[in-house]
Amino acid sequence: MEVSKINIIDVLPGIFLVTASLIAMLSIAIKRNHKLIFGLTTISLLGVFVYLLVYASNHRFTVEPLFIIDGFGTFITGLIVMSTLAISLLSYAYFEQREERKEEYYILLLLATLGSAILVISKHFISLFLGLEILSISLYSMVAYLRKRPRSDEAGIKYLILAAFSSAFLLFGMALVYSVSGSMNFSGIADYLSSANSLPLTMQAGFGLMIIGIGFKLGVVPFHMWTPDVYEGAPAPVTAFIATVSKGGMVVLLVRFFTQIDGFRFPVIVLSFTIIAIASMLIGNFLAIRQNNVKRILAYSSIAHMGYVLVAFLAGGRLGVEAVSFYLVAYFLTNIGAFGVVSILSDHDRDAEKIEDYQGLFWRHPKIATVFTAMLLSLAGIPLTAGFVGKFYLVASGVNTQLWLLVFVLAIGSVIGLFYYIKIIATMFDKSVGTETLALRPRLYLINLITLFVLSILMMFYGIYPQGLIERIQDFLK
Amino acid sequence: MILVAFIAVLMIGGVIAWITSQWNSILSRWISLIALIVNFVLAIFIWIQKPTIESSNWIVQFSAQWIPSLGVSFSLALDGLSLLMVLLTFFLGIFAVLISWNEIQERVGFFHFNLLWVLAGITGVFITMDLFLFYFFWEVMLIPMYFLIGIWGHENRRYAAYKFFIFTQASGLLMLLSILGLYFIHGRVTGTFTFDYFQLLNTEMPADVARWLMLGFLAAFIVKLPVVPFHTWLPDAHSQASTAGSLILAGLLLKTGAYGLIRFVLPLFPTAAAELAPWAMLFGVIGILYGASLAFAQTDLKRLVAYTSVSHMGFVIFGVFAFNELAMQGVVMQMITHGISTGALFVLAGTIYERIHTREITSMGGFWNKAPFMGTIGLIFVLASLGLPGLGNFVAEFLTLLGAWQANQVLTIFATIGVVAATAYSLRIMQKVFLGNFSSDKIVPDLSLREKIIMVPLVIAIVWLGLFPQSVMNTVKQMISAQFNTEQIISNDTENENGSK
Repeated sequence: MEVSKINIIDVLPGIFLVTASLIAMLSIAIKRNHKLIFGLTTISLLGVFVYLLVYASNHRFTVEPLFIIDGFGTFITGLIVMSTLAISLLSYAYFEQREERKEEYYILLLLATLGSAILVISKHFISLFLGLEILSISLYSMVAYLRKRPRSDEAGIKYLILAAFSSAFLLFGMALVYSVSGSMNFSGIADYLSSANSLPLTMQAGFGLMIIGIGFKLGVVPFHMWTPDVYEGAPAPVTAFIATVSKGGMVVLLVRFFTQIDGFRFPVIVLSFTIIAIASMLIGNFLAIRQNNVKRILAYSSIAHMGYVLVAFLAGGRLGVEAVSFYLVAYFLTNIGAFGVVSILSDHDRDAEKIEDYQGLFWRHPKIATVFTAMLLSLAGIPLTAGFVGKFYLVASGVNTQLWLLVFVLAIGSVIGLFYYIKIIATMFDKSVGTETLALRPRLYLINLITLFVLSILMMFYGIYPQGLIERIQDFLK
Repeated sequence: MILVAFIAVLMIGGVIAWITSQWNSILSRWISLIALIVNFVLAIFIWIQKPTIESSNWIVQFSAQWIPSLGVSFSLALDGLSLLMVLLTFFLGIFAVLISWNEIQERVGFFHFNLLWVLAGITGVFITMDLFLFYFFWEVMLIPMYFLIGIWGHENRRYAAYKFFIFTQASGLLMLLSILGLYFIHGRVTGTFTFDYFQLLNTEMPADVARWLMLGFLAAFIVKLPVVPFHTWLPDAHSQASTAGSLILAGLLLKTGAYGLIRFVLPLFPTAAAELAPWAMLFGVIGILYGASLAFAQTDLKRLVAYTSVSHMGFVIFGVFAFNELAMQGVVMQMITHGISTGALFVLAGTIYERIHTREITSMGGFWNKAPFMGTIGLIFVLASLGLPGLGNFVAEFLTLLGAWQANQVLTIFATIGVVAATAYSLRIMQKVFLGNFSSDKIVPDLSLREKIIMVPLVIAIVWLGLFPQSVMNTVKQMISAQFNTEQIISNDTENENGSK
């Protein structure tokens, strides 16, 4: 690869993010200023988004052999960037009240975003792994960012060990695939597989190990153990980031890789993903019922939601990719909204994670409670919300390819899911107050309220009038 | 446009009522009341213009694009059946607002928001002709109803609200799967992917696929109706909800299930439904008898009335699957008269609860002397519930049984026993609540002016339906006969096909 052949404008988003994080680092070296760094972060994210909107939306090209910048990738990159923007808006108030060294967080945030953005456009094992590691390593320190909280440290260590472990699995899997196919390029592997009638054993083992590695990052059953602990221990905005940007990037990679190599020809792969999807939907939902910690509930619910996404992934085809894209938008909006509520209600000492913290919230902070109710209803897939249309899309793609079992389990999972979403909502509406002394005393920042408000409006808008978004997705996928 | 107005008035009215309650809770009550009266007058206006529908089935139609890329349109249409149901919705809606005038003192704005949105969802269900939109409204009814039960209900409200929500949501999802199944089958056969009811009507599909898809629809409707053994959410929800909640549940929400059977299950899957008919009728009879016997055993007045609903709704599924015009007319009558009479009984139970703060009928008795007006009203609706000639329910049950006799004689005999059982539980209400010795230490004043304003129109309606049922039947006649004619053709066709093979 000769550098001169790459048009510098094409890879501008990455350069932009890297430069922004470098400038942030340098400015910290000179003088710490939370507002400045925060402003820099939001402006650079906005810049990337505007670039994607203006320049990249009709521009398709590849950077051989590492990257493919197609409509799907551009769309998801835009989504990731906007999500990070929302998260950083929520983070400002959160870290302003807490940590004395809050500036480095934004460097990590930008780098993690970069990692995720690389993941969604990579078409080569090397870029895949690079993106993944940039993402993961930033996340280790983001999870453990509030050093004074023991559980934050614990979560960080847990995430470090398990994520490193899963990376090892992924690497080994990639090596095995490479040893058989002789290529680390997705298209090279596809070429090899199209000539092969059945999957060689080494290749099977390689894919198996890769699925384990990917499964860890997605947090699907049976590789989900880290999810609740990390969600619980990490600061609320970071949890939002893990739930959305980090998982979303991986989903896109999964779709891209298996669509390109046409992995659905091989029953072994389909079977293993089917089992993973069903187990995630059922176990994720079932375990969530038993939780009394809102962050853990959302963690288990995200396990189930990844199971739902796998249904559309398995359905494949044009409709499947559309469904995944739409669902990711809905899921991102909703989850950032939900964790935004958690972070806005958190005070100096701890996050608002106990279900008792939400007792009677509707009577204390009606606006926040309404937002949270809307977000939970969207997660549950109730009409008038984006979650409904998203889930509808998933079911439609599943029914289209006649994956009746998966679709049926999805329906059952949604019903089980109702139990715990409704539990939180019912708690918020429950008036019996007695825990006044225990209640958190958060400082409400206008910027958080506005962010939440915008998120809910968008979420409702896409629920009532999804046509615009659907058209846009179809445009990008052309 | 008038159909859009029906829904828009309710939804916008709900939002305004919520906002205004910050300054004045009385104002939000008036806003809800006015919104419903406006709709009611509009609906009456349509009805007076077209009392008997002869030529075209559809009185008003409206269609607009919504999500064209998925084949979803915002398509509304009104025929005789929808018109009657919409009328009933607004009629009972007015009383739901009036009955909660004093009962609801907390979060008045949010209450009226939920009330109007439930009614908007119900109205939407009755007039939509797009399956996606239908599912959408089907779910829109759910959340506000959950809040109505869960926030303003009685002591065990959380459990009841939970149960209601899970039951209806689970069955609704099965319907969603069926809707999608139908959508894709139709799309593959014809090439147009659409949720439009009229286009989906004559979708060709293999018999076993039709059977499965029908079961999905059926699941949603028989849970809502409810058919024994899927009725267990109903007594809890009814007894725990506030009076307005019970009124809407019994009077309107159950009717959406019946409406779904008539509008969707029979026309979309005529042959599969015909196969199922004997079983459905059997479950109807079981529901009639089981509901009646459990009603007799209850000591909680609202629970008792709830079980009578189970029994009465048994007649609905019994009549629907009898597959003839007579029974179907009976079913439509039953939907309306049950809405009015059972709604009235719940209102009565609510007024008694406001006075003595218990629903236990063991601690009631002798109210006739203290409150003769209430007693008279109670007597009228108890008699309506047991099917006294001259009141609406008699016409409904008589027609249903008459029609069902042509379909299945043994089951009809058993169903008729249900009418006898209705006499037993109905008279028990009368005896325990209004007759006997006055034992309560509470003061029981007679109905207030507001309560009389609620009760008297309901009495007039039920008597009018009993004496002049023809006016209602004329409205639905065209719709029902059209349905059976097309079904006749289809079943003839299939017979021919089978014969030619």
